[in-house]
Amino acid sequence: MTDTQPAAVPSPTPSPERDPQRAPLLKVTDLVRHFPIKGGGVLRRKVGAVRAVDGISFAVHPGETLGVVGESGCGKSTMGRLVTRLDEPTGGTVEFEGRDITHLGAAAMRPLRRDIQIVFQDPYSSLNPRHTVGTIVGAPFKLQKVATEHGVKRAVQDLLELCGLNPEHYNRYPHEFSGGQRQRIGIARALALKPKMIVADEPVSALDVSIQAQVVNLLDDLQRELGLTYLIIAHDLSVVRHVSDRVAVMYLGKIVEVADRDTLYSRPAHPYTTALLSAVPVPDPRRKERRVGAAPGEGGGRILLTGDVPSPINPPSGCRFRTRCWKAQEICAEQEPLLELLSPGQQVACHFPENQQSPENQVTTP
Amino acid sequence: MTTPPIATTAPAPGEPGTTGAASAPGRIEGRSLGRIAWTRFKRDKAAMTGGVVVILLVLLAVLAKPIEAVFGLDPNVPHSDLLDPNLGGLPLGSFGGMSLDHPLGIDPLQGRDLLARLIEGSWVSLLVAFGATVLSNTLGTVLGVVAGYYGGWVDTVISRVMDTFLAFPLLLFAISISATLQGGAFGLHGLPLHIAVLIFVIGFFNWPYMGRIVRGQTLSLREREFVFAARSLGARGPLILFKELLPNLVGPILVYSTLLIPTNILFEAALSFLGVGIQAPQASWGGMMNDAITYYQVDTSYLVIPGLAIFLTVLAFNLLGDGLRDALDPRSN
Repeated sequence: MTDTQPAAVPSPTPSPERDPQRAPLLKVTDLVRHFPIKGGGVLRRKVGAVRAVDGISFAVHPGETLGVVGESGCGKSTMGRLVTRLDEPTGGTVEFEGRDITHLGAAAMRPLRRDIQIVFQDPYSSLNPRHTVGTIVGAPFKLQKVATEHGVKRAVQDLLELCGLNPEHYNRYPHEFSGGQRQRIGIARALALKPKMIVADEPVSALDVSIQAQVVNLLDDLQRELGLTYLIIAHDLSVVRHVSDRVAVMYLGKIVEVADRDTLYSRPAHPYTTALLSAVPVPDPRRKERRVGAAPGEGGGRILLTGDVPSPINPPSGCRFRTRCWKAQEICAEQEPLLELLSPGQQVACHFPENQQSPENQVTTP
Repeated sequence: MTTPPIATTAPAPGEPGTTGAASAPGRIEGRSLGRIAWTRFKRDKAAMTGGVVVILLVLLAVLAKPIEAVFGLDPNVPHSDLLDPNLGGLPLGSFGGMSLDHPLGIDPLQGRDLLARLIEGSWVSLLVAFGATVLSNTLGTVLGVVAGYYGGWVDTVISRVMDTFLAFPLLLFAISISATLQGGAFGLHGLPLHIAVLIFVIGFFNWPYMGRIVRGQTLSLREREFVFAARSLGARGPLILFKELLPNLVGPILVYSTLLIPTNILFEAALSFLGVGIQAPQASWGGMMNDAITYYQVDTSYLVIPGLAIFLTVLAFNLLGDGLRDALDPRSN
C-alpha cells in the first residue's frame, strides 16, 4: 500500500446501470425514531425524547449504492437499524420492493431477512467469539432453513473463498483472525443467503486504512459480481466517495442533501456539506491549495464550524443547521427548509443553497 | 486406548501428550472446541490435580456402599468396648482411638468408625451439594439470561423476585420447612426426604446469586453486534439466548458453580449442625463436624477429619473450576 489514503483516489468504478424509472428497492418515507427519556419517578413518565431520526425520506434503486454520511450522533446508525427492522420506527414507512415492512412482526419479517442483510461496524463484536467461522457463516442457512447443494460446509467454504479468505479456516475461531479478515467473515455471512440489498453500517471505520481499501474493493467487486444494492453508512467522506453512486448527508436526524456522487463532491449545495467536504484531510499540500468547491469568503480553506451539534432532545427551530451556519437568516429560524429538487439528481434542504448560478440564491455572508 | 481401525492416522498414534507436531504437513486440520479445551486443560497442572481429586471424590461417593461392604466398614456399628467410661465415653488410646482396625479412630460416646462415617458422609454431602448447585444454577441461569436479554418489565419482575429471595430468612425457612415435613411428603420418608428438602431449600434460595451474575453478563452481551447479526438473520429469542448468549456465559457459570458446590457442602453442614438437615444416625460431613464441636478441646481430630475432607473438596473444585474457565475460553492461550 503506497497510498495512505486509498479511498481518496476516485476510482473509475463502472457505474452500475441505474434506471430511475425502475421501482426503488428500498423506499423510506418520513421515517422517525424518537427514543423516549423517562423521568426518575416511580411511574417513569416520558419527559422527553431523543429525536435520533426525525423524518427522513430517500430511495435506493436496484444495483446502486447510496452512501449516508454525517458526523457522530446524527442518526445514521439508527437509520440503518430501522431500515433493517432491528429497531421499531416511531413513525413513517419503510418499503422494500414496494411492500410496507414498517411494522411487520418478527415472524412476518423472517422470510424478508434473506433479502436484506447487514454488515456491522465492529468486526470484533459482530462475530460470536464462541462460534467457529463455519458456524458463523453457516448460521444463515440453518436459521433460514435454506437447502444447500453440497452441504452447508461446502457452501460456507465457497463463501469464504468469494470473500478472499482461506476456506480451510472453516474451523477456526474469530479471535484467530485480523480485523480485516473478520470483516470479510462478516461480509461472507451477509452474502450467504444471496441478498438483494446489504446495509453496511460503517463497514470499514474500525479497520486500518490499508485494510479499509481492501474491504471497500471487496464490496465493490461483490456488487459487480452479484448485482447487489448497497446502503453504506459511513462518516469517512473519502470512503463514501469511493463506493457510492449517490450520497445522502445527514445532520441531527435529518437528511440535508442527497445528490449524485460527482455533483455532491464538486458542487455541494448545503452549507453543511460544504463544511464537511472542506474538512476532508488532503495528504498532498499542493493539492490542498487547489481544493475544489471554494467556500465563501475563505478562499477554499477549511471551514471551521463553531459550536457543538445541538442536542437532538431539543433541536433548533426551523433549519437545524442554522445555529452553526454562516449564511443563516431570520427565515432559517422560522421555516424548516424542505428537501427539494434543486437540479436533476440533487436534492437539498436549505433556504440559501451554495454553488448556484441563479442570482436570487446568492446571499452574501453576513 | 484402542488403535483406530483406519490407517490414515500417523503410524504411531502415541500418547496425546506430544503436542500437535505430529499432524501431517500441508493439511490444516480444524480442531473442535472440546479438543482445544482439553489440550489447554492438560497443560494446567493445578487444574488437572483438582480434576483428579474431584473424580476420586465422586467415585468415592458413588461407590460408598460397595467400598464399605468390601472393607467391612459399617458407619453405624458402635464399638463400645473401645470406649473408656472413666473419661466420659472418650475412646481408649490416643488420637481418638486410631488403630489398624479404625485408621481414623472412633467417635466418642458411641464408638462408631470414623473412616466408615467419612465415606458414608461423602455421598450424602456431595449429593446435596451437587443437587442444590444444579438446581440453583439452572434457575439462576435461565431466569438471569431471560431478564438480561428481554429487559423491560420482564427484567423488573425477575429482579424484584430475586431481591425478595435474597431478603428471605433462609435459615428460618429451612428450619420450618423441615419441621413441617418431618413425617414425610411427596411419598418420601426418612433420608431421601431429608436430602430432597436440603437440595430444595439450598438450591431454591440460592439461585438469585447466579441469576444476578448471569443477568449482568447478559446485559453487556446483548449489546454486542453478533446478537444483532443473529436477529438480522431472523433468529428467534430462545435461539439467541441459548445458542448465542449462553456459550459466552459458560465461563462465569462454571466458575461460580465450582465455588457454589463447596459453599453448599458447608451449608449442608450448617443445616445438619442445627439439626434440620441430615438426621442422626445417618453420617454426613456436616453432621460429623457438628458432633465434634463438643470435643474439640479434648481431641481436635474429630473436627479436623471432616474439616479436611471438606477443605480438600472445596480446593479441588475451585482448582478445577479455574482451569475449566481458562480452558474453555477460546481467546485465552
